[in-house]
Amino acid sequence: MNPASEAEGRVAAWSAERGASDESRRCHRARRHRVGSALRCPAGSHAVHAEWTKLRTVPGTGWLAAGAVAVTAAVSVLALAATRCPAGTACPVDTARLSLTGVQAGQAVVAVLAVLSIGSEYSTGMIRVTLAALPRRTELLAAKAAVVTGLALAAGTAAVACCLLAGRLLLPGQGFTPARGFGLLSVTDGPQLRAFAGSVLYLGLIGLLSVGLSVLIRDPGTAIGTVLGLLYLSPIIAAFLGGSPVWQHRVERYAPMSAGLAIQDTTGLHGLPVGPWGGLGVLAAWAGAALVAGAVALRWQDA
Amino acid sequence: MTAVGDRAPARLPARPGRDGFGQLLHAEWTKFRTVRGWLIGMIVAALASVLMGLLTAGSAHIACRRPGLPPATGRGCLPGIPVGPGGEAVTDSFYFVHRQLGRDGSMTVRVSGLSGRYGADGGQAGGEQAGGGPPAMVPGLQPWSKAGVIIAANTRPGAAYAAMMATGQHGVRLQWNYTHDTAGLPGAASAAAPRWLRLTRAGDTLTGADSADGRHWSQVGTVTLPGLPASVPAGLFVASPQHVETSAFFGGSSGSNTGSEATAVFDHVALRGGDPGGQWSGGFVGGGPRAPYPLPAGEYRQAGGVFTVTGSGDIAPDVTGPGATFPSATIEDHLVGMFAGLIAVVVVAAMFMTAEYRRGLIRITLAASPRRGRVLAAKAVIVGAAAFAAGLVAAIVSVTAGTRLAGAEGIYVLPVSALTQVRVIAGSAALLAVSAVLALAIGALLRRTAAAVAAGIVVIVLPFILGVGSILPVGAADWLLRLTPAAGFAVQQSLPAYAQVNSAYTPAGGYYPLPPWAGFAVLCGYAALTLILAVILLRRRDA
Repeated sequence: MNPASEAEGRVAAWSAERGASDESRRCHRARRHRVGSALRCPAGSHAVHAEWTKLRTVPGTGWLAAGAVAVTAAVSVLALAATRCPAGTACPVDTARLSLTGVQAGQAVVAVLAVLSIGSEYSTGMIRVTLAALPRRTELLAAKAAVVTGLALAAGTAAVACCLLAGRLLLPGQGFTPARGFGLLSVTDGPQLRAFAGSVLYLGLIGLLSVGLSVLIRDPGTAIGTVLGLLYLSPIIAAFLGGSPVWQHRVERYAPMSAGLAIQDTTGLHGLPVGPWGGLGVLAAWAGAALVAGAVALRWQDA
Repeated sequence: MTAVGDRAPARLPARPGRDGFGQLLHAEWTKFRTVRGWLIGMIVAALASVLMGLLTAGSAHIACRRPGLPPATGRGCLPGIPVGPGGEAVTDSFYFVHRQLGRDGSMTVRVSGLSGRYGADGGQAGGEQAGGGPPAMVPGLQPWSKAGVIIAANTRPGAAYAAMMATGQHGVRLQWNYTHDTAGLPGAASAAAPRWLRLTRAGDTLTGADSADGRHWSQVGTVTLPGLPASVPAGLFVASPQHVETSAFFGGSSGSNTGSEATAVFDHVALRGGDPGGQWSGGFVGGGPRAPYPLPAGEYRQAGGVFTVTGSGDIAPDVTGPGATFPSATIEDHLVGMFAGLIAVVVVAAMFMTAEYRRGLIRITLAASPRRGRVLAAKAVIVGAAAFAAGLVAAIVSVTAGTRLAGAEGIYVLPVSALTQVRVIAGSAALLAVSAVLALAIGALLRRTAAAVAAGIVVIVLPFILGVGSILPVGAADWLLRLTPAAGFAVQQSLPAYAQVNSAYTPAGGYYPLPPWAGFAVLCGYAALTLILAVILLRRRDA
């Protein structure tokens, strides 16, 4: 590439960037002064901003996000503290998965956060105001899903970082030393990066699944019960299906939690009912189906 | 709230029946029954429990091959299993060298050697050994290989008995009627350190004694076997249970088992009160899930007063887990659906409280009944009773139908006494009831439906998943099921963990670290504490 065209390219990129940021700033100002009708703001920007404002200004949101991080970290630390590898024993432990044990508890808090973002609209009647202001319902759902998922991903990143830190600090003291073949947990290791980054995505998908189901169900109590039942019942069923390996395999392959958490596996991948990315794909399919069903219900039903 | 207000008798004279607890119960029951969603929730709880339990029970398909018989499926695979005097399924298979003994007499023997060998390589349980022929045997005694004297009601499997025995690693024991076990002299029996064993019969009473030298005897215990016939078989026996290898680190990993046999050397054999002129005769007794495969196994040789007896099998109660040679289940395996019911019950119970706050109804409730603690108590009684009723129906249907379904598939459901069945079924219903009270109390604390429901589900269900899901090592899983509300699931365990049967007694295998009622008490403790906290906060906070 010659220097001239490179410079040209840079200028083009810069102006495009500036244009975009100008436009978004104008939109923002327009929203603030309620003069937006004349401007052509990007579709959905209004909705996302409105949803973010709603979510941000409810005091519970911050607590729940912090709670998700705290619960995840606490359960992971307890699991790490409880698992010791005595000298002279071969410990068949997937240390990355063990450090991420807390995700199984933290996902419940993420689900609560997501369910409340929808459910409280219905339980307070706010949904009628929201729909009056934003009659395009699919767009509204997309905005809500985006905001909730964004928050879930942010909280998930913090939570998973805590897990990683806890694993690095605690594992050597429990006998999982590099000398015995357990290297320090690190995101430069491919499978471990997949486990940790994948767990963040897992929490984001749990948020999406919860949003979809709670639009479908509306009542926050029933919705959270359904979400947690869908998640937590599958590992229990699988544990009790020892008599029929075929069905056990099916449950572990197609249930959202069992399949989705396959992303945390870094060892023994051959024996898994579903591969890491395939498992996360199964969860994504569940989340997508829930969102589509939610979108259909939102369009067809009276609020 | 001031002390003056409490003390001043400025109330209107109470009208009977208006302020009573009964009235309050009636009010809360009216609220509960008139909200359609809550009734539906309880019905869903019962239905979901049953459906999920039956789906789990109904998904197995057993096919089996047994020597000399055509291949079978389902019920045709169910073996005849001996049942002990206590009603429990037992394994009763051993090599027995016996004579007849009258109402009074004794049997004395010296065990001067006990050795054994077992299959080195994990031959699969059941009739699947056809592939590679018999596994190579390596020397080694099982911890519960047994050799000694036994007096039994008859030689049919499942008969009442008492036995004094030397064991592989557990010293001398007096065992009777399969489930009872008392320790005698410690240490293994060998030529250098022989063990003298004596069993004395006086009518229905049998007394076991042991000695290291044949002169100084110490009594180990006395056993009563009611209805023992006048003439019973008495003699020497040897049994050696399956060699079980389990991964000790994680609860979820399964164990493997191979056959084993033990050989004991007996001398100084003395039968007093036996049939005059009777001859010793040897034979293999019995069967059962832990019997050696293929049957029979064992032999005996007699030379100059020295009996060398080789035997295999076990005289012990049945448990699930590695060591059983065919698929078996416990009645609580059919109650797995109660988890689905539990989640539905938690949702309804939490809402029963939080709905009051959402609509502001709590202010009317408290205006009508200003004693706040009693309001919460009435709510707890109503929601607990409703959950108990739903749970009871679900548990009865699940156990009855699940047992039939499993039988039709060829899975043996280990029988338990009627009292244990009642405890498992009523305990499961009580589990739902107490969980409902816990969820109600959490609802009163948090006041937000979604948060209360999630908290209720997570504190009860998640420790169970972490405990049985082979995520945590066995020790940690045990502590989790001692300290968290999930300890309550212990009330569903129908079979105790027997110290004298070598198996993998882990939470994943259905064995809880606490006894049934102790575990249930832990859950009750959590519910009571949360309820007290809720009452205190309900009194302190504005509604």
